[in-house]
Formats: sequence, structure tokens, C-alpha cells
Amino acid sequence: MSESPKLSASSGLASASIAEAPAPTSPHPSSRSSIPHSSVSLRVNGTRYALTLDTRTSLLDALREHLHLTGTKKGCDHGHCGACTVLVNGTRINACLSLAAMHDADEILTIEGLGTPDDLHPMQAAFLRHDAFQCGYCTPGQICSAVAILDEIERGVPSHATGDLTARMEASHSELRERMSGNICRCGAYSNIQAAIAEIVGGAA
Amino acid sequence: MQFTTPAGRNPIDQLKVVGKPVTRVDGPLKVTGNARYAYERHEVVPNQAYGWILGATIAKGRIIQIDTAAAEAEPGVLKVLTTLDRDPVPPGFRATVHLFGGAEIQHYHQAIALVVAESFEQARAAAHLIAVEYETAHGRFDLAAEASGAKPIADRDSPDSPIVDRVGDFDAAFAEAPVTLDESYATPDQSHAMMEPHATIAAWADGTLTVWTSAQMIGWHREDLAHMLGLDKEDIRVESPFIGGGFGSKLLLRVDALLAALGSKATGRPVKVALQRPLIINNGTRRAGTMQRIRLGATRDGRLTAISHHSLNGNLPGGFAEAAVAPTRLLYGTPNRDLALKLAILDLPEGNDMRAPGEASGLMALEIAMDEMAEKLGLDPVEFRIRNDTQVDPAKPERPFSERHLIECLRTGAERFGWSRRNPSPGAVRDGKWLVGLGMAAAYRGNLVTPSKARIRLERDGRLTVETDMTDIGTGSYTILAQTAAEMMGCPLGSVKLALGDSAYPASSGSGGQWGANNSTAGLYAACVKLREAVAARLGFNAEDAAFADGMVTSGNRSVPLAEAAKDGPLTGEDGIEYGDLDKRYAQGTFAAHFVEVGVDSFTREVRVRRMLAVCDAGRVLNPITARSQVIGGMTMGVGAALMEGLAVDRRFGYFVNNDLGGYEVPVHADIPHQEVIFLDYPDDKSSPMKAKGIGELGLCGVGAAVANAVYNATGIRVRDYPVTVDKHLAEAPQRA
Ligand code: FES
Ligand code: FES
Repeated sequence: MSESPKLSASSGLASASIAEAPAPTSPHPSSRSSIPHSSVSLRVNGTRYALTLDTRTSLLDALREHLHLTGTKKGCDHGHCGACTVLVNGTRINACLSLAAMHDADEILTIEGLGTPDDLHPMQAAFLRHDAFQCGYCTPGQICSAVAILDEIERGVPSHATGDLTARMEASHSELRERMSGNICRCGAYSNIQAAIAEIVGGAA
Repeated sequence: MQFTTPAGRNPIDQLKVVGKPVTRVDGPLKVTGNARYAYERHEVVPNQAYGWILGATIAKGRIIQIDTAAAEAEPGVLKVLTTLDRDPVPPGFRATVHLFGGAEIQHYHQAIALVVAESFEQARAAAHLIAVEYETAHGRFDLAAEASGAKPIADRDSPDSPIVDRVGDFDAAFAEAPVTLDESYATPDQSHAMMEPHATIAAWADGTLTVWTSAQMIGWHREDLAHMLGLDKEDIRVESPFIGGGFGSKLLLRVDALLAALGSKATGRPVKVALQRPLIINNGTRRAGTMQRIRLGATRDGRLTAISHHSLNGNLPGGFAEAAVAPTRLLYGTPNRDLALKLAILDLPEGNDMRAPGEASGLMALEIAMDEMAEKLGLDPVEFRIRNDTQVDPAKPERPFSERHLIECLRTGAERFGWSRRNPSPGAVRDGKWLVGLGMAAAYRGNLVTPSKARIRLERDGRLTVETDMTDIGTGSYTILAQTAAEMMGCPLGSVKLALGDSAYPASSGSGGQWGANNSTAGLYAACVKLREAVAARLGFNAEDAAFADGMVTSGNRSVPLAEAAKDGPLTGEDGIEYGDLDKRYAQGTFAAHFVEVGVDSFTREVRVRRMLAVCDAGRVLNPITARSQVIGGMTMGVGAALMEGLAVDRRFGYFVNNDLGGYEVPVHADIPHQEVIFLDYPDDKSSPMKAKGIGELGLCGVGAAVANAVYNATGIRVRDYPVTVDKHLAEAPQRA
């Protein structure tokens, strides 16, 4: 029987003794003969992976099932929930709506690439401080979106909530809420998520 | 430990760690993607195969045959199991339908086959090649149409209450009352819509089964699996250290675990199965929609003399009633009452528990009725509720509430929210194109006490290890259990290691019915008392007067480091909490007042929630950070219930059409304003040694009505059929404009 994950509450930082994910798997040999496969090279969090995948494999499943990068979540597999949000070449997408084969040579950033339990990204730290999550299942997607929308605002990419398209864009509450609305949190942590993002915006300003 | 008399002063009362705003100890794992949920446990067992579940596409009838040949011929397919291969498994605990087996279909998307393949893509593709021939039977899908055949039914969670619960003489009091209200309300079917789908990895070894799953109740899942698979429960291990939300959907064993186990048995491989999102709503359970009738009689000065609350819902034969009248038993003091539940037979997916079952739906109706009555009386809605407060169980005046500070919730909330600025004339306040309204509601949810066990070990290095099968569904169990251990043993939080959600550990209360926090920490309290005794004995102290603080054990003028006690080997304390009759002698509840401000677009009738406040009276707050999160989560779900959530029934084919997160709308960021939560601090010594009570469901109770009342105050249009959507509003709006 395997070890269950242990949490240690040392100075408020928990760490898991979960075994390291094994190296990326190759596709299942029995299926190779009759199912179209494609070779794809993904750069994920700075590491290059060469994979041969069933062409039906979504980017999300390539990450979760082949690279064992399970920080990116599957809430719906249909583009409804945002749990699978990752950044591809700097732009956030729903990884469930994209086939891995479409991402040859792409640069992918997942939650694991943002920070680690001992070295949190500022947005991760803000989420922790503001208790911007409960069950944690939507959280990686929320954090990836939060990081991405600040960049969108910085670059002046408009949203539904943007009033004047020619003025300098502000990270207003309505901008933040609108842009985050593709990331559902059924635990209902929205109020705290907004506080976490606002803190980062305030700190950056 | 038997808890039979009110708690005296105990080490928790020091509040050095408990009650402090400590951030989640599991938080760093969650914000970095390192918390591993059921489907993600690649590391636990090698060579995992993938399962895909096929759901029935009729709501009622029989399967004539299933042709799996094409699916089996697909590359990578290891096995196709069908429901015709085996007898129906018996329904699980508190459940009505059988999850798998046999030809009979009881509801749409009931599982009828599992494809196991080398890859997810292969399993999914092969499942679409299964050909099923059905014989469709007539089904009943329309609650209103079945209402006439409905039968009275007992509240399963209030076995002491008579089926028709009468106190005094309602009919006479209602007939005599100078001011009366008689209205009907409807709540729709709702879905938990937790973000993590039901998921399980199952593996067998030497006749024993391990499931890595997503379960609120480890013990219930284990027993149900044993029951369904004909195993001894000792031969099953259930692990669920992280759960991506439950809200009741993961209280009971679901088909993912059963089919992963069967698929694994059939293939000799570990098998992982997640319910695909479009299957969850119709395969799983729902909060049953209700049709409620409420009658209130009051004196002109606003004292309720008569209250009647009847609720009807539908469920499968043998199913349960949604106990919407439950809050009406205890929220207001009324000498004459008449409460009843009725159940109609519907062949829709099973109605069962969802966050605050009974109370959530009941208060959505009752607290609109109270708003309407206040208006009839010309009384402020806050004042009307204050006048009808009770400090005793209205049916048993000799049974007082252990603690009840609803009036303080109401007054504090009114003051903090600026309630006095509310214009009692509806539709009178404008802000540009927005019609602005304020609404409020009172809330009640019971405090449930139930046994819970834990083990705590003092390791040689002075660190503590806590083991219990308690789950953390986002509620903060990891954190409050760590706080409890640290407080009891006089250690820093950082020295506590937690191992939860594993059937190898002592059986806890689990997570549900907002009972998890109080009971699981009380169970750990009991274990800590045992460990303190063992430590004192080892160090030659008298356990009674030994103080545990700052890593030291002190008695008189002798002080020894705690770690000293374990230098020759770890010491263990294992115990649990068991309750006497304090919950019979005292009504134990949690109370809240909710305040909401909405803006309603005067042209489109779109509703925007602008401000929200909850004031909660729920015993000792173990951690104000995680407690606040529980409450805002409830408030958010309450906004959903008020304004958007509802399963749409296809009355021809008998299923919920909006069966995914695109169609079943839940609140998103743009729907929710900043939310404020205030906790009153009234530790409840009748509840447990922790003096805490539940909070996770209280946050939802009453919120829907507070929103609906605010919409009425904004517009003057009373919608009694949830959710309060634009179409229902517009139907009345033109003649009022
Ligand atoms: S999993 Fe991709 S949006 Fe839900
Ligand atoms: S934290 Fe549970 S869904 Fe967002």
C-alpha cells in the first residue's frame, strides 16, 4: 500500500511527501498501430518534452495524463469552467479545448511553473493570505488567469467591461471581475480572490 | 470521551492557536497545484487503465440488449462491462437508486456500461460504439402534474417529528388572526456543481480493494462499497485526502468508485474513472425542487400566532422528501403550527442531500413570506423578526436553546448595513437607470453532533502526528485540526503533521451537514486528553494539574520539555467524542441575519447584487479565515439560488437538459460583490468541548430570500418562483412601469 500524502504544518507551510511524478510516459504501445499519432514537442515550464500522442489528446490530458503535471485541473473538459487555464506563449487558454498536437514548439506555463510551496509566486502568496480558495480545485486555473489578466490589462487588451478603448486601461474592480468570469469557483471564493488580485494590483501600482 | 454535561473551562479556552486567523496549512499545496485529487494519483499504483462510463439515454424502461462488439474491437480496449452482466447492486446508504446492474432503468443517464481501455481517448471513443436497444416505459416527470397523487411523508432527519407536525390549533388561530398571509412558492431542482467531478482510481491486491476517490464520508463510502461488492469492509481501503468540493454530492458512494472497482477486477489492472461533466447532473443526485405553501397569522402588533408550512417535492419511488419545513420548527416562536411534507413520485434523477438540505429550500420560501407579512403589518422586516424570536423550542417550551443570539445578529446587521436608510416603499429608490433595493432574511440551521475519533502521536522529536479519516472538502479541516492539536499539546502549529481522509485511520464524523468542524475537532480533543495523560504519566506528573504550553509540560515548579516524554519511543493518544443527550435537552442551532443590496436595471430588469453582509451566531469560531470562507461560499451559492440556478426538466424525455456548467448557471466573479461577514462570539458549552458549532451551511440559509426581498424592495414586483430571472420579472413589469 502506498503512502498517503502527509501534510506538515511547519510555519504555516504544508509540504507533501507525495512521490515525484515519474518521467513522462510514452503513448500506450498497443494502440500505436491503428490510431493516428503525432509527434509534438512541448516546452512546459521551461522544460522541453518530446511526446508521441494519440491525435485526440487534448493539451489538458497531455499535461495531466502524460506529463503528470496534475496541477492543471479538469472540471468540465468543455470550456465551461476555466479549471484547465494555462498560458500558451503568454496567452491564457482553456487547455481542454485545444489538442496537444496543435501546440508543437509552443511555450506552456502551468501552475507548477509559477511557484512551489517553498517559493510561492506573489499571486500564489496573495491567494494564500486572502484564503482565496476552499477546496482548491479551481485554484490553479484562477491563479493562472489572474496572472494573465494583469498582463492583458497592461497590454491594453479590451474586455466587455472596458469603457473607453482609447484611454489607458485601469485594473478596476469591474475589469478584474469581468476578466476572471471564465473561472468558476463553486466554493464561492470570489470575494477573496478579488481581494488577492487587488492586493497584487495595488502593490504593483 | 463521553460528552454528557456542558463543557467547563478546558485548554481550548486559552485560545492561543484556536480561534486565531491562521492561513490554511494545506494552502501552499493547493495554490501550487501540488494537492493531488483522486484522478491525479499517478504515483499510488502503476499501470493504470482508463474507464469511461456510458449513461442510459432513456429515463425509464428496460434494456433489451447491448451490443459491445464494435467497442471491444477498438484498439486499446481491454474490457467492456455492461449492466446486463450482473444483478443490480443494492442501493447504498441513504440512497434510493441502484447504481449499476440489471436491465431496469430508473433514471436518465443511469450507468449502463463501462469501457476500460489503455487510454482515455480510446475508452471514450469506444463507448460511442456501444449500441443499446431499449424498451421505454411511461415516466412521470412533471411535479405539478403529479401533485394530486402525492402522499404525506416523514422527515427522515427528524424522526421524532410526527408526519403532520401540529402544535396548538393552527386552523382556529389562523381563522382568528387579524392579519393573515397565504402564499405559494416554488424552488427549482438544483445541482451541487462541485468543481471536481466524481473520480476514483481502484486497484485490487490479494482480494483486497483500495480506492483513491473523492469522498466526504470515508466510512459511508467504505461500507457501501463492501455492501455492494460483497466484501468485508476490513478488506477495503478508502483514501480521499483532497476533495474538490462536495456540497453533498460526495456524501454517498457514487458509480465512479463502484465501476472503477468492477473494471479493475475484470481487467486485473488498476482502473481510473471520472464521471464526465455532462453525466454528473443526470447520473448523480439533485436538490429536489419544491412547491411550498405558507400561511401566517399575526396580531396587528406583529406577533405570529399561527404558522403553516407545507412542502411538496418529487422523488423516485422509495425516495426521500426535501425537508423544507425543517427551519420552520425552530426559527420563530408561534403557539400554533402545522407543518407537513408530501412526496410525489417522479422518475427523474434521485433527489438527495445538497448543502443545507431542507433549510436552504425552506428558508427561500419562509423568509419571503416573512417579508410579505412585515409589509402587510406595516412593520420593519427586521423588527418583525425580532418580535417573533424564541429562546425555547416552540413545540417543547421546556427545551431551551443552548445559545441563541438571532436578535443580536439582526440588530448588528441592520446597524452595520445601514438598514435604516432602506425605503420601505418598493420601487422608490433610483440610482441612474438602476432601481435600488435592500432586503434581508433570518437564517437557521441545526447543529448536529455525531461521534468522531482521532489518534495523535507524540514522536521522538517532539512533533505531533494526527490521524483521522476526517476529510477536508475545502472547509479547512486540516487547519482547524492542526490548531486543535497545537492548542491542546502546547505546541507550535508547525510541529503538527496531519494525515486525513484514509480509512486506515480512526473513524471521524466526516464532512456533511455542517457537522465536520465541531465534531472532528472534538474527537481530536478527546484523543489529545488521552495523550496528555500518557505524557503526564511518563513524566511523573499528575495529568489533572499539568499545563501544556510553549513546548513544555509544567506542574507546580517543575517544567519539562514535551519531547522528553517521547524520548524512549512515541506516545499515542487515541479516543473519540460521543454525545449524551445535551442535544435533546437543548435545542442546538446556528443563526444568521443576511442583508443584501441589489440594483435592478429599470429597462432590462437585470439584477446586480451590490453589497452583502452576513452576521452569524455559530458558537466559537475555530478559525475566522476559514469560517469566513465557508460563509461567503454559502452567500455566493445563495445568490445562485436566488437569481440563476435551476435544472430545466425535459418533461417529454425525463431528464435535466442543462446538464453541464455551460447550461446550469452558477455565479461567476462578475455576479458577486465584496462580501462582509461578522461573527458573534458565543461559545456553546452544550455543543462539545470545543464549544463550536457548524457554519458551512448557515452561510447559504436565508440568502436566496434576502436577495429576492431586495429585488422586491427595488422594483415592487414579487417573484415567488425561483430563480428570480428577467423573464419572470418582465412578465409583471410592463403594467408597473
Ligand atoms: S476543464 Fe477546461 S474549461 Fe473546464
Ligand atoms: S476553491 Fe473550490 S471551486 Fe474554487
